[in-house]
Amino acid sequence: MASGLLTGMIEPQVAGSVVASADDQAASGRPGAVGLPRGGHARWVRLSHWVVAASVLTLAVSGFVILMAHPRLYWGAAGNDLTAALIELPIGRNYRHGGWQQSVAFFPQPHSAESASRTYDIFNENSWARSLHFLAGWFLALTGTAYLVAGAYTGHFRRHLLPGADGRMAQRAWEDLISHLRFKFAPTTGGPPYGILQKWTYAGVVFLMLPLMIVTGLAMSPAMTIAYPFLSGMFGGSQSARTIHFFAFAALILFLVVHVLMVVLSGFRRQMRAMTLGN
Amino acid sequence: MNAKQILTTRRALMTGLASAGGLLLGGCSKQLPPTYGNVLRMGDLLTYTAHRLLLPRGRLAKEYAHGDITSIPAVGTTNPADSHQEAFNADNGPAYERLRAGGFGDYRLSITGRVSRPGTYSLADLKRFPARTQITKHTCEEGWSAIAEWTGVPLRSLLEAAGILPSARFVNFFAFDDIADGIDMLDALHPQTILAYGMNGRDLPVPHGAPLRLRVETQVGYKSTKYVQRIVVKDEFDDLGKIGDLQNGWAWYAGI
Repeated sequence: MASGLLTGMIEPQVAGSVVASADDQAASGRPGAVGLPRGGHARWVRLSHWVVAASVLTLAVSGFVILMAHPRLYWGAAGNDLTAALIELPIGRNYRHGGWQQSVAFFPQPHSAESASRTYDIFNENSWARSLHFLAGWFLALTGTAYLVAGAYTGHFRRHLLPGADGRMAQRAWEDLISHLRFKFAPTTGGPPYGILQKWTYAGVVFLMLPLMIVTGLAMSPAMTIAYPFLSGMFGGSQSARTIHFFAFAALILFLVVHVLMVVLSGFRRQMRAMTLGN
Repeated sequence: MNAKQILTTRRALMTGLASAGGLLLGGCSKQLPPTYGNVLRMGDLLTYTAHRLLLPRGRLAKEYAHGDITSIPAVGTTNPADSHQEAFNADNGPAYERLRAGGFGDYRLSITGRVSRPGTYSLADLKRFPARTQITKHTCEEGWSAIAEWTGVPLRSLLEAAGILPSARFVNFFAFDDIADGIDMLDALHPQTILAYGMNGRDLPVPHGAPLRLRVETQVGYKSTKYVQRIVVKDEFDDLGKIGDLQNGWAWYAGI
């Protein structure tokens, strides 16, 4: 996944003009037909892009603050400081703080479940971080839903995001990859048509990663999992969902870094103009 | 309070929530937690309203097998008599110490407010109610979770015994430490919302809230108030002042 993300989010018109399908070019050459002047982004795309961008940044910061309160990840239904962790992240002062009283076993059997009282004053800013996280989550979910409806309704996804299946797809992807690896970026016109790796990446973020973030997030909620047990069940438990939530976050951060890098490399002013003013 | 009255209560709650859509920004309805103009509290209110309007009701939290019980940390207040702890209360702390020394034999839970029979209950009184035992997952807002067996009296049984009035909407809990919290009637009447006096087959240990703690399985852990001393039933929302969630910056509704 990582290599796909790394190579896929380029905004190259060298690659784009080489690999874009006839359908793409026809669509983008018809201003008005789909509300897309050549090289620009439709107003609803620009609006949703920046609302989602602001939401994702807020979610990333608040989510990291939440993670710092308990930088341990687990697999399964439950996990805590007194059980084995899958991963311990050395972030913040709660990492392996060791501030516990002597543990007491509940049952006489060996390896019994036990309890210990915490004596360490942990870093915990979850009062605002949790509420901010969920507020930004609302913005992401509502804007994302509107975007998905608009994208399907206007044909934006079919024309610009979904790679058309044809016999040359593998060859096009290979050519696209090579031109990216050679850092061949011509000045962009901004916006569609996208290269095939770009399409895969955007489609992956829009249809897979962001929905996965929302679903794994909801899978940690007591009220939501009581109402819909499959939310956590499909991931093997709420702690598994939390771990997946973290790795999907890391993948999205990688996407964000490369995405911004490619905007810069392919013509920052032109790209920003296309995503703000529209052309 | 019979089933029909409860249904009426729920319908009234629904009506209140349904009419509250336009109040999200103001948050001035006394049937809903206030926002004080704070954008974070508006988000909390949106979550609460959406959950109450959209989520199916009457579903139970998953109950686990005895072999699924995990270790469980005790966090927050772990001894209300310890003056070094953050939420220590100078009046209640020594009182708690005396009760604990006597094996909580003199402990009395009081129920007041919008009930027709306000009164007090000893632990023995509480244990005379039909008990409910459930092995459930405690989800801490910090990010960890643990599975334990809890035994206690369903809050609903106690509220019915106290004669809860049809206009009642919120149940508030005051603890021996400087903690107070509350839940709405939907969560209060949930079959798995219990006042637990037992944990993992023995008396509730002091670090986990002895002699009596709330278990609200529909919300995250901090809503399951430990060391419960008093219950006050209200018609209107009460932010519980400086010892409640809101004035400390926390969401009052914590279903997520």
